[in-house]
Amino acid sequence: MLEVKDLKTYFYLDDDQVAKAVDDVDLTVKAGETVAIVGESGSGKSITSLSIMQLINKPGKIVDGEISLLGRNLLNLSNREMTKIRGNDMAMIFQEPMTALNPVYTIGNQITEVLRKHKKMNRKQAKRRAIDLLKLVGFPRAEDTVDEYPHQLSGGMRQRAMIAIAISCDPKLLIADEPTTALDVTIQAQILDLMSDMKEKLEMGLLLITHDLGVVAEYADRVLVMYGGQIVEQSPKRNLFKDPKHPYTEGLLESLPSVHNDLERLGTIRGMVPPAHKFPTGCRFSSRCPHAMDKCFESNPELIDLDHEHAVRCYLYTED
Amino acid sequence: MYKYIIRRLLIFIPMLFALSVIVFGLAKAAPGDPFSTMLDPTIDPEVYEDRRDELGLNDSIPVQYARWIGNAVQGDFGESIVYNSRPVMDLISARFWNTVYLGLVALFFTLIVAIPIGVYSARNPYSILDYFGTGFGFVGLAIPNFFFGLLAIYFLAIKLGWFPPQGTVSGSDVSGMKEFFDRIHHMILPGITLGLASTATYMRYMRSEVIDVLGSDYIRTAKAKGMTDRVVLYKHTLRNALIPIITLMGFEFGVLVGGAVITERIFNYPGLGTLFLDAVINRDYPIVMALTLIFGVFILVGNLLADIFYSVVDPRIRYD
Ligand SMILES: Nc1ncnc2c1ncn2[C@@H]1O[C@H](COP(=O)(O)OP(=O)(O)OP(=O)(O)O)[C@@H](O)[C@H]1O
Ligand SMILES: [Mg+2]
Repeated sequence: MLEVKDLKTYFYLDDDQVAKAVDDVDLTVKAGETVAIVGESGSGKSITSLSIMQLINKPGKIVDGEISLLGRNLLNLSNREMTKIRGNDMAMIFQEPMTALNPVYTIGNQITEVLRKHKKMNRKQAKRRAIDLLKLVGFPRAEDTVDEYPHQLSGGMRQRAMIAIAISCDPKLLIADEPTTALDVTIQAQILDLMSDMKEKLEMGLLLITHDLGVVAEYADRVLVMYGGQIVEQSPKRNLFKDPKHPYTEGLLESLPSVHNDLERLGTIRGMVPPAHKFPTGCRFSSRCPHAMDKCFESNPELIDLDHEHAVRCYLYTED
Repeated sequence: MYKYIIRRLLIFIPMLFALSVIVFGLAKAAPGDPFSTMLDPTIDPEVYEDRRDELGLNDSIPVQYARWIGNAVQGDFGESIVYNSRPVMDLISARFWNTVYLGLVALFFTLIVAIPIGVYSARNPYSILDYFGTGFGFVGLAIPNFFFGLLAIYFLAIKLGWFPPQGTVSGSDVSGMKEFFDRIHHMILPGITLGLASTATYMRYMRSEVIDVLGSDYIRTAKAKGMTDRVVLYKHTLRNALIPIITLMGFEFGVLVGGAVITERIFNYPGLGTLFLDAVINRDYPIVMALTLIFGVFILVGNLLADIFYSVVDPRIRYD
């Protein structure tokens, strides 16, 4: 349903430097499927999702690639045509519920404007539908909530309102960029459960961005591990946890607290993600990789298929 | 809200009291009295003392204050010393609305110039028009009012004859709609002159506010919902960007009325400013005191209006 091929989104910085925030990303999301993107801060997760929505601002630019949704290549569409797709065929939820809603309009207003635009509803129909949507996402007093302003709701409730907005036009694809990072733990689970319920009900594809492997373990069908603007490993969830291939994935899994390794022995990956305009020439993970070999510093490996659903970008798995 | 307004009006009372004490104190502290410039210095001291007694200038300060404020609250600010003993209130009420209208016209020009240019500059930063606006802003701030006013009179009124160089109305024989437009015509040059400096301020404010708002999360949300650029700008951006402008406007209004002193003089415009200037020069204390008090009230009312507008556009502010 969603197919992204060779996506490259670069930022052209002042001093003639180019930040390759997303560099050759391929991904697919099928209807009813939850695909998770994991990776450290700065690995390009948000830029990937914003590229799909075509909400990249200057100095960023999608330089190459193909993004097709339901068979249409979105990159050929004009901005005007894109406004008919955003919020309608695909919708997005962001990390910061506290600031993602416009403070000067009521919750109802912010839902109905989407319905009125995409579904051509009149004021009354839209309001009735807004109340139904708010009930659906768990507002007990939805009739009152439509007339309330964002500042009257808690963070968790605002994120529910965002979900109501996102699903209002029955999108085929829902992109959630760290939707629960800013919320406290008990609320996190509620929001994620709600999203996965909605996904089932509406048979959407869900692209879930997170850096929390616990969330991945719970909700994802497939996982893409991103590092330095590229996908370094992709696999069904089960394989990834059982048999991670890429040293970066291993590192991420080791840093996950579990019943087996107590907190004191938590592994960490040394160093930090290099900034996107200063990637090393070879493998982008080479400077931090415990298994780095000579050729890792010379050239960047391709993403190679280990079997038809597990792929990894690492020289440890190439023949020669 | 009504409760809030009433409470604010009640707070006016002690503020006005303090203001009146200061005004009175300053007037008393100033050296000399009305006669020191009017009368022949060789006059018989006894006649002089008689005149002072007659005006109550020899009573104790608290008694003088009590008499002044007691009359003032009934709208009686005494008689002008210079203008043939006409009641101060008559002199003021004949000019009051001229000054208020001039302030409104100045504000109007300020806003219709500053807001569109500010918005344009924000959307096209570092464009030619943005630089032009910035340049205009600096010039507007740097040129003193009186100088700009003189230039305007020389070129636009005398050389080109587009506007009348002075006064409020062409003659006593115009009436009805014709009078209305004639008065507006007379107010254009002084209005622009008076509003010039604040136009520059508002423009810079608007530019930076719009840039801020355009970068905010809820604007990204609006775009992700498929809102067109128009809706994003006019619905989601402007209302938020105007919040601080409206606050500024309330403060400005009081300042504009007070700042009209010089502009009114230049355009020979019969308003409170001209009256004030003449009164200061002639040491016409009853007028000076009354006007200082009135200018203070303007500022207080301006602040109250700002607060009220503020709560109208920003639902997060509800005074109750
Ligand atoms: N406006 C910008 N200008 C320049 N570079 C940018 C800009 N936005 C993003 N980048 C670059 O893109 C890289 C990826 O950013 P992105 O926001 O996608 O990371 P992320 O994986 O979402 O991280 P996080 O977990 O912190 O949200 C960053 O490292 C940064 O170098
Ligand atoms: Mg991000």
